[in-house]
Amino acid sequence: MKRALRLTAVGWVFHVKGLTMSGFFVVTTTFLPLVLATTASYMARAGQRQGTLLYVSLGAGVMGIWSSTLFGSGGAIQWQRWQGTLELIVAAPARFVLVILPLTLATATVGIYSLASTLIWGWLVFGVPFHLVHPFLFVLAVPAAVLGLGLLGLVLASTFVLYRYANALSNMLEFPVLFVTGLLVPVALLPGWAQPVSWVLAPTWGMNAIRQAALGGSPLDDLAMTLLLGACYLVLGSVLLENFARLARDRATLALT
Amino acid sequence: MTTMRLVFVGGGISYRALFNWIHPAMYVPTMLLGPIFQILFFVYLGRYNGLQSDSFFVVGNAVQMSGMAGVFASTMSIANERQFGTLAPLLATPAARLPIFVGRMLPVAANGLVVSAFGFCIGSLLLGFRPPLSSIPALALVVVVSVFSCTAFGFTLGSFGMRARDVFLISNLAYYVMWLFCGVNVPLSALPGWMATIGRGLPFTHGIAAARALAVGASLGSVSGQVLKELAIGSVYLIVAFGLFRAFEVEGRRRASLETY
Repeated sequence: MKRALRLTAVGWVFHVKGLTMSGFFVVTTTFLPLVLATTASYMARAGQRQGTLLYVSLGAGVMGIWSSTLFGSGGAIQWQRWQGTLELIVAAPARFVLVILPLTLATATVGIYSLASTLIWGWLVFGVPFHLVHPFLFVLAVPAAVLGLGLLGLVLASTFVLYRYANALSNMLEFPVLFVTGLLVPVALLPGWAQPVSWVLAPTWGMNAIRQAALGGSPLDDLAMTLLLGACYLVLGSVLLENFARLARDRATLALT
Repeated sequence: MTTMRLVFVGGGISYRALFNWIHPAMYVPTMLLGPIFQILFFVYLGRYNGLQSDSFFVVGNAVQMSGMAGVFASTMSIANERQFGTLAPLLATPAARLPIFVGRMLPVAANGLVVSAFGFCIGSLLLGFRPPLSSIPALALVVVVSVFSCTAFGFTLGSFGMRARDVFLISNLAYYVMWLFCGVNVPLSALPGWMATIGRGLPFTHGIAAARALAVGASLGSVSGQVLKELAIGSVYLIVAFGLFRAFEVEGRRRASLETY
């Protein structure tokens, strides 16, 4: 247990540093949420909707965490594959999940840059006051959301091991999750089919927790749900990852690009 | 005859070679499935904000969807020649540069048209987008002009790929800037003046405005000014793109930097 935690912590620090050094990664995952926040803010203004700018900034920021997780988790497996290091990771004595988990957590963590940048952008450009109703709970809600998204990234990463066109999946999933999880449009306004889907996605609850901590409300239930879903993702991701890696080895497709 | 062969045969072969990694399993999720949710997302965001009709967002996003091909594929059409190590052999050939250039544009533009048409079909199937039947040929013409304009813009960015180390960062940023500045989801009148001014110099802005007018029954004649502006903007980008391509070729030969990063 201690070794697993140590490996996770060391891997997380390593990948956070590595991803932070990638200008392309940081700029692309930060820039889209800024554009989205600006677009949504102008739409809110033009539509005369009042009092939604902090709501928009927070939603776009969490979208940035999602983009970073998606792009990072999918891309990282693919980059390892291109560089020929995926086989080495799979063959390492440490459990595969313990090598991949820090990476997906790190990609979600780097997404915090997006949250910070959209909040600062909102304050500078749109004069959005950054007043938190429950600052302490906000400080708890953000890491919980990051953890939930990072663990969702683990489930995605497991499919990327088997699926050679992982970056296509990354490209495809950005807007569906943005749409379904109510990051910028309340889930209640979405089509009926979208609501049950939103319940099993941690970003829905993580976003609710962050919003209620920032704008008022009781975020504890949402926070607990985010962590519960995160635990489910960890179990699911571990099982899928080990099995998909075994399948990829059986079929000798691990290194195929 | 040689020119036609360079444009169509050469362009087709180069597209197949440069985009040999595009498999249906890659193409369908990236170019078709993802953008469906882009349209749905902005339609619902528009409804939530009480801004414009569904048709406004369907048209804006269906036209803009072609930008993924127009910007990224265009950039790759030039930058990847350098990355794959084929740029120097290509430029060592005596072939005229303009047909080489145009040959690379056509498949990219055709791809953009397919994606945009798919976006309109999805808008029709899922969101009840129903333009008057009589306006569909004009709408198709406007989409063709917009896709041309965006492809020319993409080639302008791609030409920097003959010199710059990481042109994909530029194309990513440009793609998202167009999203915001070109009136795709926010009416130009709702943007600050400087943003609207920049937007008017970018591809899509006039095309989207014309397409929106056609979708509610305007005649082609009444939007001809917008269509001509879009065409003119595309032509200017094409000239700039080709000029940059030639300039970077000459510079690359002089400094022996065609293949260095």
